Amino acid sequence: MALRIAGRDFSSRLLMGTGKFPSPTVMAQSLEASGSEIVTVALRRVDITNPEGDILAAIDRERYLLLPNTSGARDAEEALRLARLARAAGCGDWIKLEVTPDPRYLLPDPLETLKAAKMMLKEKFIVLPYINADPILAKYLEEAGTATVMPLGAPIGTNKGLKTRDNVEIIIEQSQVPVVVDAGLGAPSDAALCMELGADAVLVNTAIASAEDPVGMARAFRGAVVAGRDAYDAGLPAQARTASASSPLTGFLREEGDALRNDS
Amino acid sequence: MPAGLLELHMEVMVNGKSVNTEEGAAVLDVIQSLNLDPAHVVAELNGDIVPREAFAGTGLSPEDKLELVRLVGGG
Repeated sequence: MALRIAGRDFSSRLLMGTGKFPSPTVMAQSLEASGSEIVTVALRRVDITNPEGDILAAIDRERYLLLPNTSGARDAEEALRLARLARAAGCGDWIKLEVTPDPRYLLPDPLETLKAAKMMLKEKFIVLPYINADPILAKYLEEAGTATVMPLGAPIGTNKGLKTRDNVEIIIEQSQVPVVVDAGLGAPSDAALCMELGADAVLVNTAIASAEDPVGMARAFRGAVVAGRDAYDAGLPAQARTASASSPLTGFLREEGDALRNDS
Repeated sequence: MPAGLLELHMEVMVNGKSVNTEEGAAVLDVIQSLNLDPAHVVAELNGDIVPREAFAGTGLSPEDKLELVRLVGGG
């Protein structure tokens, strides 16, 4: 079954970021290897003293849905301004809402995020909000009309994995919109875990871009997301406290009545 | 322009920096003078977004604040 966001179907459940890559070429190759269909970008001032090449040149917009983020926004007003600029850049209505005023942990401001979401929804943006793994906030955003909720696994760029597991599980249980675990996932096993728990998708940037071999890591994440979702669809068995034998308990190669060692 | 006629210069702020341009210059002129591709630039003039199709037709006045923005890599 496909991933459905805002009425559009996607076959890949791995969203990718485009920051921190060693070069646009490696970034484009990693995108290809990841199988991702949704790709985040940011908006920044042109450096007028030193205009560089354009990231758009490396991303085929026929193939990938560009999802601009509002990174840099310290409050709802700044986020809205960035969203309008993104729309003017020809990115359409999709926006990853990110209000992260504190540079040390880059945690999303819940109050400004909810405020920004409501403002953006009024202007007909398709809002994908980045939040801490707060189930109540997730519900407020869903009720306001966001297309997804995107709880963090750990702070951006930390590669710590799914530190917010319990709350993410609650969000997955309670959410009526797709849940995309975004930020902090550091290894393919982290992504697989999110998918096994029932997340609809994951968003990964740093773990791929900062790997020794980003293209290889993109491929690894691709496999992990597929494996995790396949496992979820196949129905993971429950855990047990004690052993239950996998091999038969009869037909042992010994005389009947022989006691097991230590059995008296 | 007839030879000998002085070009009138005016100052506008572009991305927070003072830039000299011709009096009556349009947003498109500033973009091109900076060797930028208009197709890959978003412009905001005094807080209002200038649609790309209006780059050529939107004139600048002294002390105007122009923001030129582009898409970059990000998470």
